Amino acid sequence: MDGSQNSQIQQSLGAELFSPLPKSRQLFTYLMNGIAWGLTILAVVPLLSILWEILVRGISGLKPEMFVNSVIDFGFGNAILGTAKMVSIGALLSIPLGILTGIFLAEFGRTHPAANFVRFITGILTGIPSIIVGVFAYGVIVLVTKNFSAIAGGFALATIMLPVIVLTTEEALKLIPTDQRLASAALGGTRFQTTFRIVVTAAIPGITTGVLLAVARAAGETAPLLFTALFSLDWSSGLLSPTASLPVLIFNLYNDPDPQKYQLVWTTSIVLLGLVLFVNIISRLVTRRKKSR
Amino acid sequence: MANSSNSHTNNSLALSDNNELIANDGIKGWFDQGFTWLVYSFTTITVAVLFLITWIIFQEAKPAIAQFGIQFLWGQDWDVSNEIFGALPYIYGTVVSSAIAIFFAFPVGIAVALVTTEKFLPPSIQAFLAFTIQLIAAIPSVIVGLWGIFIFIPVIEPLQKLLGSYFRWIPLFNTESPVGTNMLTAGMILAIMILPTMAAISRDVLLATPKELRSASMALGGTRWETIFRVLLPAGFSGIVSATMLALGRALGETMAVTMVIGNSGQISLSLLDPAYTIPSVIANEFAEATPGLHIGALSYLGLVLFAVTLAVNIGAVLLVKWVGKTNR
Repeated sequence: MDGSQNSQIQQSLGAELFSPLPKSRQLFTYLMNGIAWGLTILAVVPLLSILWEILVRGISGLKPEMFVNSVIDFGFGNAILGTAKMVSIGALLSIPLGILTGIFLAEFGRTHPAANFVRFITGILTGIPSIIVGVFAYGVIVLVTKNFSAIAGGFALATIMLPVIVLTTEEALKLIPTDQRLASAALGGTRFQTTFRIVVTAAIPGITTGVLLAVARAAGETAPLLFTALFSLDWSSGLLSPTASLPVLIFNLYNDPDPQKYQLVWTTSIVLLGLVLFVNIISRLVTRRKKSR
Repeated sequence: MANSSNSHTNNSLALSDNNELIANDGIKGWFDQGFTWLVYSFTTITVAVLFLITWIIFQEAKPAIAQFGIQFLWGQDWDVSNEIFGALPYIYGTVVSSAIAIFFAFPVGIAVALVTTEKFLPPSIQAFLAFTIQLIAAIPSVIVGLWGIFIFIPVIEPLQKLLGSYFRWIPLFNTESPVGTNMLTAGMILAIMILPTMAAISRDVLLATPKELRSASMALGGTRWETIFRVLLPAGFSGIVSATMLALGRALGETMAVTMVIGNSGQISLSLLDPAYTIPSVIANEFAEATPGLHIGALSYLGLVLFAVTLAVNIGAVLLVKWVGKTNR
């Protein structure tokens, strides 16, 4: 009796173990595999399409003199210069602030009660819509100086770059082993010496990456510049007058009926996109290698 | 994520001793004190920026707040010459276009996260795929808008025309011969732009779920997709919700690409194939030429509303991440 029951159980167990899954469950697996793959391919298509179209439409019109001509002469020299000016102002303001705040979070903040609060605020800053930053910069600079200017645009870009630099600096400093800090302190190094000569020096590649990412992001921002730096078709004189930039050039001229201006929009896109993607790919590759090491 | 927090606690133990090891006397000591205060004051400035933004925008919005009060929020007119302003069409456009974006980006983002975490592919190819999707986030939004208007719209417009002619009996598609610049197009462009956020955070969440959960489910005879739907996704639920909220925050504030494809018409229409307008778009289009006073005030008031909403969404997401981190530990 017992023996036959046992063999029955073994038989049914064997049948279950070695029989393929029921058709419905197999079908479900195939179906979901198909859906997941389909959606993933769908996600990559826009990226490829953007890269391809910008390349094809932009490259044909690219001429070397475009880099030195202003928009009036169908070039984007003044826009490149404007973007460079404003990103530099942004970097000048945000790099010292950002790096020292990053140092606070990574070096002092581990035991400091305010660290989590600062981290939280920085996180919130990252999420502020860029158009809001424009309204902010308008209120701080444009209303006071009564002028659209490169300074106002640079100020807006600094606000956008700041949280990026803070968070990447903190990440970069965290990767430096604590032993190095202890060794420096043991040799009589002060906090300043330990932080700058040992920790920051070792973390410079990581910090540079963060700064570059922030620069790339700022270079591509349009919304905060629309009513702070405005735009200018010609070269702008000094930092206190309306200034052109690559993204605003694209936005202002994309509807232009003049075919030469229309071509200029695509050519500007290829320059801007190339610049931004180049910085992004390089810096991401560098950080990834660092992390895996 | 788990790794970094571990090393963090280890380091803080070691560092609390570090403070007492540091020399603190003489000129060096003074210098050091100065450095410490410099760091503190710069950190304070960084924190102050957020509060300064709030205060400045509030100041700019004051004339409009005084004039229209809270009724601004449900006013439907936007008449610049008569200085009558109401925010409802813009709030409606912002919320609906973001909702459409989430509707499309959520399943695609989860699918990308699953394909790049489950063992469908060798790890190097998974990493490459995740990296590629991440690159979308780096593309300046004005270029996405340019692509949207000259490449995406010509492709999608015939489909929308079909939708408009065959499904007009559904209120959502009740538009006669729609043009390409409309709410639905804007939502789809937004979906492309928030996809990297959605995919990357969901991927992190899935990577952080304990391996034992997956093994246990598989050992009980679950297939890959049964494991995903009954174990992995429920385990990562709150993380995925916070990913969605962060993506939503991005969608609400996105300006340029939306401005270029939404049609910029301040109306409230149930049909998704009608043009619409969003808060960031109207600020982008009108702010530079607005006259100081009520018009600037009304635009700033709109900005304040947008700021409050994105702030709430982002804070919610950050708190959720923290709360999840605590319960997981």
